[in-house]
Amino acid sequence: MAETKIKRKVTDTIDSVIITLFRIFDNKVYRYTFLFAAAAFLIVLPNLSSRFTQEIMTNLFFYVVVCLGLNIIVGYAGLLHLGYAAFFAVGAYTTGILSSRMGMDFWLTIPFSVFAAVLAGLAIGFPTLRLRGDYLAIVTLGFGEITRLTIRNLDITGGAVGLIGIQRPVLFGITLNQISHFYYMFFILAILAIFVSYRLHDSRMGRSWEYIREDEDAAAAMGINVTTSRLYAFVIGSSFGAVAGSFFAAKMTAISPDSFMFIHSVMFLMAVVLGGMGKIPGVVLGCIIVVLIPEISRDIGQYRLLIFAVMLLIIMLYRPQGIWPDRPTISAKE
Amino acid sequence: MALLEIKDLTLRFGGLCAVNALSLEIEDGSIRSLIGPNGAGKTCVFNCLTGFYKPSEGEMLFQGTSLVNKKPHYITYLGLARTFQNLRLFKEMTVLENVMSGMHCRTNAAFLTTVLRTKGQKAEEKHIREVSEECLDFVGILDKKNYMARNLPYGDQRRVEWARALATQPKLLLLDEPAAGLNKDEKARLIKLMHRIRDERSITIFLIEHDMGLVMKISEKIFVIDYGVKIAEGTAQEVRDNPKVVEAYLGKEEEEESA
Repeated sequence: MAETKIKRKVTDTIDSVIITLFRIFDNKVYRYTFLFAAAAFLIVLPNLSSRFTQEIMTNLFFYVVVCLGLNIIVGYAGLLHLGYAAFFAVGAYTTGILSSRMGMDFWLTIPFSVFAAVLAGLAIGFPTLRLRGDYLAIVTLGFGEITRLTIRNLDITGGAVGLIGIQRPVLFGITLNQISHFYYMFFILAILAIFVSYRLHDSRMGRSWEYIREDEDAAAAMGINVTTSRLYAFVIGSSFGAVAGSFFAAKMTAISPDSFMFIHSVMFLMAVVLGGMGKIPGVVLGCIIVVLIPEISRDIGQYRLLIFAVMLLIIMLYRPQGIWPDRPTISAKE
Repeated sequence: MALLEIKDLTLRFGGLCAVNALSLEIEDGSIRSLIGPNGAGKTCVFNCLTGFYKPSEGEMLFQGTSLVNKKPHYITYLGLARTFQNLRLFKEMTVLENVMSGMHCRTNAAFLTTVLRTKGQKAEEKHIREVSEECLDFVGILDKKNYMARNLPYGDQRRVEWARALATQPKLLLLDEPAAGLNKDEKARLIKLMHRIRDERSITIFLIEHDMGLVMKISEKIFVIDYGVKIAEGTAQEVRDNPKVVEAYLGKEEEEESA
């Protein structure tokens, strides 16, 4: 009993600290000041920092795009997806193949990559979205592995070696080949992803996902087509991943099956769950934690993963709903 | 023509026959009740009508359209809304958001219009909000629209459910035990509300209820089923005097005497 008491005390303390912090964020003036300052800082950052920092920040923006896509599937629609790296791979390889083998311009490959992701999303989603919870997780896990192994064994994808010679994108006559170029590119993508996520969240479509997540039968009884709605979430979420994959391919100029392992799916999912499923600032926060903590603690060498793991355990034990608090509620006085 | 026509509806679960060759008709603009002892198959009839169960045999016609093998969301779209026996609100959402769910099948903004936030989409969102608020006002809890559904007292949660069903703009409202758990005042208000729904909104009402006082007071016609079979139908007085109904509820008189 003493143990539960301590646990409750710790949970309450953590909760109150977090909620106090975020209440400040709830204030419009503070929030906009903060966001403005953050944006200004991020815009000037490449001029002030080393290549290494820029590389990490680019990776962070990339994570934000991918994780917000996954958030639509896992957070908004409540579908546990363990193979998200596969959609990211579909995007990267579509661009990779069209660019390196057919010499297509990078920008033209993006619609193809989205289209491929939509097809893949429909192909996997249509037969499986009737499954609930754990079963869907297993199917997506399998799909992730099948995609990776297929890529590894096909000729057109370059087998285990992968693809090389993916062309650099050209924008306004400038070939994007510096890390700072990609920094800004992914920065814009991340902002777009946040924008689209917000718009979807406060809409008829976003609400339909929330209804289904809360109570599938009641949602159906209210006239919501559960299967179609889920399929939408699946396809839109997959497209985010595919676009991120295309840009990833352009940045790396070479891709191989090793970039799309199960561990990547897990890292994406972790960022979403850690920050708080379905909450956009939460997902961004989750990405910051998943990307930055391992880099910042690089000095302590081998122990950094251990520290990272312990931190995750603590967060999941004491804040299973994620770090970002749920929206404030008005409760009945009675 | 009847608004809803059920012909020889049969629902079997393995060897158990939950609904047995049930036939009934609901006229447009009427208030009808379905009663029967516990386990008589009342909710099963509702579940068949709303597409949650597939009937084994029989036909269900709503304004001449068959409801057999139709998905629940499509049936709602056709104009048949329901409430649940045990509340099925979206608990972690606000009251207003709960009611807005009902408007889903009457609107159609999709991905692109949503992301671009076109004029049409904005107008539609506003329309959803207005209709939902009107429905909340109709049941009398507009002042609580920003409360979390789970934080409302039970009686108010019931009203959110009605508002949500009304927001689907139905022609026929199926109420599964609407008075369950309500106190005397709330029941009186419920009766008033049902009359208002029928008279002001011209929505036909079909309800399942255990509270006999309420059923007798409100329904123009009552159907009684027992073990999935219709044993009587008629006005409150006719049903009350029907020996079969008395038997279903209280048992046979001779048995009681001999026991």
